[in-house]
Amino acid sequence: MRMKKIRTPQELNSLRNSLLKQIDPNKPCVRVCLGTGCRARGSADIMTSFKDEIERQGLEIQVSCKQTGCHGFCERGPVIVIGPKEIFYQKVKLTDVPEIVSKTLLNGEAVDRLLYTDPTGQKALYEHEVPFYKKQTRLVLANNGRIDPTNILDYIAIGGYQALAKATATMSCEEIIDTIEKSGLRGRGGGGFPTGRKWRSCREARGDVKFVIGNGDEGDPGAFSDRSLMEANPHSILEGMVIGAYAIGANQGYLYVRAEYPLALKHLQTAIDQAREYGFLGNNIFNSGFDFDIKINQGGGAFVCGESSALMASIEGMMGEPRAKYIHTVERGLWNKPTNLNNVKTWANVPLIISNGVNWFAKIGTEKSKGTGIFSLVGKVNNTGLVEIQMGTPLKTIIYDIGGGITKGKRFKAVQTGGPSGGCIPEELLDLTVDFEKLTEAGSMMGSGGMIVLDEDTCMVDVARYFLDFLQNESCGKCVPCREGTKRMLEIVTKITRGQAGEKELELLQDLARTVKGFSLCGLGQTAPNTVLSTLRYFRDEYNAHIKDKKCPAGICRDLITYTILEDKCTGCGACLKLCPQQAIDAYGLIHTIDPAKCVRCGICRDACPFQAIAVK
Amino acid sequence: MVENASEYSKVDEIIKDHSYEKSALIMILHEIENLYGYLPAWALKHASEKLNVPMIQVYGVASFYDAFHLTPRGKHLIRVCLGTACYLRGSARVLEAVEKELGIKDGETTSDRKFSLQSVHCVGACALSPVMVVGERYFDKITPTKVRSALKAGAG
Amino acid sequence: MVNLIIDGVNVQAEEGSTILEVAKFYGINIPTLCHHDELTPYGACRLCTVEVDDGRRTRLVASCLYPVREGIKVKTHSESVMKGRKLILELLIARCPNSKTLQDLASQMGLEQVRFKMENEDCILCGLCVRMCAEQMGSGAIGFVGRGQKREVVTPFHMASEICRNCGACMYVCPVVDLQCRGVKSPGELCNSCLVITPQCLGKYDQVMCTLESCGACVEKERKIV
Repeated sequence: MRMKKIRTPQELNSLRNSLLKQIDPNKPCVRVCLGTGCRARGSADIMTSFKDEIERQGLEIQVSCKQTGCHGFCERGPVIVIGPKEIFYQKVKLTDVPEIVSKTLLNGEAVDRLLYTDPTGQKALYEHEVPFYKKQTRLVLANNGRIDPTNILDYIAIGGYQALAKATATMSCEEIIDTIEKSGLRGRGGGGFPTGRKWRSCREARGDVKFVIGNGDEGDPGAFSDRSLMEANPHSILEGMVIGAYAIGANQGYLYVRAEYPLALKHLQTAIDQAREYGFLGNNIFNSGFDFDIKINQGGGAFVCGESSALMASIEGMMGEPRAKYIHTVERGLWNKPTNLNNVKTWANVPLIISNGVNWFAKIGTEKSKGTGIFSLVGKVNNTGLVEIQMGTPLKTIIYDIGGGITKGKRFKAVQTGGPSGGCIPEELLDLTVDFEKLTEAGSMMGSGGMIVLDEDTCMVDVARYFLDFLQNESCGKCVPCREGTKRMLEIVTKITRGQAGEKELELLQDLARTVKGFSLCGLGQTAPNTVLSTLRYFRDEYNAHIKDKKCPAGICRDLITYTILEDKCTGCGACLKLCPQQAIDAYGLIHTIDPAKCVRCGICRDACPFQAIAVK
Repeated sequence: MVENASEYSKVDEIIKDHSYEKSALIMILHEIENLYGYLPAWALKHASEKLNVPMIQVYGVASFYDAFHLTPRGKHLIRVCLGTACYLRGSARVLEAVEKELGIKDGETTSDRKFSLQSVHCVGACALSPVMVVGERYFDKITPTKVRSALKAGAG
Repeated sequence: MVNLIIDGVNVQAEEGSTILEVAKFYGINIPTLCHHDELTPYGACRLCTVEVDDGRRTRLVASCLYPVREGIKVKTHSESVMKGRKLILELLIARCPNSKTLQDLASQMGLEQVRFKMENEDCILCGLCVRMCAEQMGSGAIGFVGRGQKREVVTPFHMASEICRNCGACMYVCPVVDLQCRGVKSPGELCNSCLVITPQCLGKYDQVMCTLESCGACVEKERKIV
């Protein structure tokens, strides 16, 4: 329990120096990823095992082990990195631990089978050699795999809270806002609104009581960048919020985190407790006379609460219904007071900008989109995980060089970005450089960074149906266009997937899309038609196939496909017959056939067949 | 569930821990849900009184969010992820398989109160898709044929 | 005072007033459903949507909530606004066909066909009753519960309210409960021809008749539920 709080930059520096002195840069250290993804694959046990093994062999002086947050390469979890050389091991098993200790930790030798191997057979020894990481520019996520998120001293050792010291000791509030404005930082939650301008409006708003909020609600299915950041480097978010609150003049902050992220909640609370202990939160921060504290509010499970006014209603203890924002929340937000809300990723950028300066940040990225973007690269891509790249990186680079291309050697079809509010970008636009404007021009959006790769076996009409279904369920129900409009859009798209729709319905669908987009109360409704509109724009032929030919070219929509057993591949093993829940498979000697009248195309037989003898038409 | 003085005092403790703040309603409901597996009507009424929040608002909040349930749930909570990454890798069929195996639909509880089934949108483990969580246990790359054994393992 | 232009006319308004209030003052009729002068504006039905050009961009806003600003140009009946209002009404009628208020609005807007599968609800979730009960009657016995498709106006636990005083204010202010159409009764009474996608009287008369005076033509038609 720390008695004395850190009150001056000098005290912070001397603490940091003393911590750095205690660290032997040459002492081997195994860093185990304890992010949610790797944890689900048993990395917590691996961590315990390392600890036990080191203790058992009495090696605490020679080697150490440390837990970290998400390293980002989730496909290959459990992931560990061994310093100081930064040897990268993937798909680590519990049984590998003793060998890693004796071979790598003690003798500096690599365990070959745990190294990342690319499709050509080339192995990577060090983390920076791994193709997944090579083309990334990890700034916000830089320390995700390096620090123990539950230990503030790790954060201080790598320079944490230096930006806060600098801001409070050497900069005026005006200068801080100016810096953020000039840096070009834009909101990372999806809207991409200029952060500095938002801060300025909040600072200038009338009122003595102001609030800042960190939005960690991350409702987009397929996005987990906020989760990773909150789990792995919670202090970076806190530091950003304190700096922002100081500049704006807010004395109370809230972190709104989805209840579905228990580890993030835990780590953020630990970080807040420790920050208070050290004086980075609380009264008279860095002797500036500025008081500020942060409370954590959990979400209750509603996608709409990612919308700022709904989020604020939720914090106030009400249903997450958005309200009109003709008067911005920076003027009247939480309890009608000026409130500055930013996504947690946006907050985490702030200490970097303050520390490294405007020019450093402004050099990264494109003219209108500065800095880096963080994306959850998932779907039919080989290297799924968390990616941070400079704005302006081509989609192709992200999907092929970093992502390692499409799984099972299939063809790329589209990449869905921006979550349910976004759209699908087709192959012909793969050279598109990722930034706010380019994605919006293409009919999609940056959103919260979801990037879902789709291959030739994806039905784009089904994708539109999927997102509409999701949004329909998540609509708060307050306004007519969203509540009724998305319902009717879903009805029509579902009919299309069943081959029950004609041209008239397609026209009606487009009418609905226009109205829902223009007339809905909040961003959820206003962006709900986006997936439909973008798939209509680029994949009209698939819609036509469903409507005119009553066929699903990708072989997904159950009502429009048939399963047949290929005679030349079927060996008569009977695996399918045993499992068919509809008893739709008959055997005539060795020859097996599917009765189309009974078959519901559930796919169980296809999974079971060892010879891929069941084809979809 | 018999409400007696000790149950009321449990709820009182929770509300006191949150300093009787109206804005802590959602967190308070989370804790009540954790305690009882759902939100009993008597607990909601008690919370409304203690927090001085209109009953209709408490009821509205309890009905709006996915985390809250107004009827008792099963001992083992099964969550099948229908997030985009999982859906594309076939999790909808996994959901169907679980529905078939347990004889209940999404959002329902088995009559013996052993299992509750809930589809969710994204547990944040997209690289492991398709994902099914039974209680606290994650099953990655789950397929319809693996459902039965996963349920046994998760409940056991 | 704020200077703005509504439908090409220069007008003045007090700061803090909404476009709807100003339009009303100048005799411009913007349709509304969830609005009531004595209750806080809600902005849920979106019928009152208008186009606003604020000098930087043009966008669609709910006039019942948008505060007037210096120099804005407002169009209350532009083509895109009219199209949208019509579709919103179509969506509402598909949900609550038996409402005279909705049918009246439909005939005003020239809505003659509902292209969606019809339902038979009694409530358009405008929230007037909720706000009436809370703000004017000081009770708060009813409220919104549930999300999205499950949203409804009920009492806590769907049980008899302990605080409802049976004042009837909620029914008084409801735009749908009024003059409910309950099916074919006798010639001349409001009928359920609205359940048929194309009102039968349109061929004979040039507007939907049951909003004015039942023509009785639909009484002879077989009731078709789609």
